[in-house]
Amino acid sequence: MMRDTVILRVVVKLLLPAILIFALYVQFHGDYGPGGGFQAGVAAAAAIILYGMVFGIDEARKVVPRSVVNTMIPLGVLIFAGTGVASLLLGENYLDYSPLGSKPVKGQHLGILVVEAGVFITVASTMLAIFYVFGGRADEADEKGGEG
Amino acid sequence: MLAQHLPALQVVIPLLAAPLCALFRRGFIGWLIAVAANWLAFAASIGLLIRVLNEGVISYAMGGWAPPIGIEYRVDLINVFVLLVVSGVGAVIIPFARTGTAARFNDTDQAWFYTMYLLALTGLLGVTITGDAFNIFVFLEISSLASYVMIAMGRDRRALTAAYQYLIMGTVGATFIVIGIGLLWAMTGTLNLADLAQRIPEINDTRPVLAALAFLTVGISLKLALFPLHLWLPNAYAYAPAVTSAFLAGTATKVAIYLFLRFFYTVFGGGGFFSSTPLPEMFLVLSIVAMFAASTVALFQDDVKRMFAYSSVAQIGFITLGISFVTEAGLTAAMTHLFNHAIMKAGIFMLLGGVMFRLASVKLEDMAGIGRKMPFTMGGIVILGLGLIGTPGTSGFISKWWIVLAALEKDQWWLVALILVASLITMLYVGRIVEVAYFREPSAKAASVREAPLAMLIPAYVLVAATIYFGLDTNWSVGLAQQAAADLLAGLY
Repeated sequence: MMRDTVILRVVVKLLLPAILIFALYVQFHGDYGPGGGFQAGVAAAAAIILYGMVFGIDEARKVVPRSVVNTMIPLGVLIFAGTGVASLLLGENYLDYSPLGSKPVKGQHLGILVVEAGVFITVASTMLAIFYVFGGRADEADEKGGEG
Repeated sequence: MLAQHLPALQVVIPLLAAPLCALFRRGFIGWLIAVAANWLAFAASIGLLIRVLNEGVISYAMGGWAPPIGIEYRVDLINVFVLLVVSGVGAVIIPFARTGTAARFNDTDQAWFYTMYLLALTGLLGVTITGDAFNIFVFLEISSLASYVMIAMGRDRRALTAAYQYLIMGTVGATFIVIGIGLLWAMTGTLNLADLAQRIPEINDTRPVLAALAFLTVGISLKLALFPLHLWLPNAYAYAPAVTSAFLAGTATKVAIYLFLRFFYTVFGGGGFFSSTPLPEMFLVLSIVAMFAASTVALFQDDVKRMFAYSSVAQIGFITLGISFVTEAGLTAAMTHLFNHAIMKAGIFMLLGGVMFRLASVKLEDMAGIGRKMPFTMGGIVILGLGLIGTPGTSGFISKWWIVLAALEKDQWWLVALILVASLITMLYVGRIVEVAYFREPSAKAASVREAPLAMLIPAYVLVAATIYFGLDTNWSVGLAQQAAADLLAGLY
């Protein structure tokens, strides 16, 4: 898309690691302060989307292929719901994380960490899926036209 | 141990199954998962019913956080009744889904369809079982978003605009509901329904609470398709795939009716408050208009699916009529008809799915003479149609009987007359189908069709049998409805 704009390409390449690190910071800071899986997922997806906007959507698809995105969406939900099932199997109420660790506090900490990981995966991949679908519409229309 | 966690499992089973379907992305595996999850959910509902009958109200603290701070799942006779209807209707529909879905969609789309179906089921069960007002909104959105997709997957391109129309109206409804809940929260500082039920009656004459009442009334009435807020419904049912129409007709509006009962009878303080507002009179008038206007419009439809969609609006009128009496007999009638109509209408849309599968049309003119070509399908539609009219020996008769009883109890003879005339209009449009299907020469299209496949007929006939069974033995349907009605009037929760 913007292959000729050197400044943009260099700046984006510099920014990408910072955005991704920031996403991880927001992700793991979620249990202590503002943040969490949702915001982190959006930030991480924003990094890939920025990459896709500057280097072209096909390049972005090489980094995170659509098949991976399509698997990640249900996987995150499954991790979230599965954490609850784990607490059921350990004899407590659904989504009660206390039995997951040696002490209830540790269990709660671990539980929310895993659940947030699930949220991160689903939110990031859903954002990407939306971007791919809208960004790729022109290509897909061409492909379909070619087949027909 | 398992029995203790039934309230969570009721929602978690379909919730876990939905992403599994999406992960495998194979039509057949998706269908197997959906059948297993739905049958397990039905088993969970039965388990919950047994527990409620034995030990009374069940409270389940989500995540171990004690209510009213934590989210509570609360099961009493009223919502276990609705849970049974939702999971039961789903359990019959989902085996039926395979034939039509496999014939139309590729592998991936089939899996997505089952994912959406399971999410809709999760949402509807969640709305019904939860005891937390905000949780209701979240589950309502889950079920609505999933059903928009399910409607848009119809074979007619108009399904897209129908889904869009429903999306707009549904979102307006959901927004109104969340505004209402927000106002209640602002006034009481709690979202727990049982807690709200204790605090609201003391302040139910304050302006914010009355505003909340207004928002909730309009929001929920949109969702339950009360006349004149029903305009999203006919197109949505008419152009959606048969599975979607059958499932939504049997469950979505019924859950909205449950919400209505829960908010107005439980949260706002029993029957006393409800009858102190102008709501009963408003609902009485709107219900009667729905019964007549929607039935009359149904009479002039050429698309049979659309005809029965309008008939749904009319039948919802019968249910809200029962609610508007604010008596035990009236509420019993409403709950009974909620149950019976779910079974009959789901059955009709399934059989029409069979017609669509063979004939590729449900237009009245194309269905000429089809009674001879598809005797079982049309026979089923006729039996269920007789149920809608309220013929003795079908479950529809029981509902009508109770509504008439409730009207007589209030000495409203003119209402009895109106109910009978409305049933007469039902007879006219069902009669129109019978006339076309049995007494006309087969149309060019109908000449070459065969009976619908057994995989579609058998599930539909389960509902036909249920319509006759619940017309003869009313211990379960009316018995439970009567107890639930008494609890509602007393404001028990």
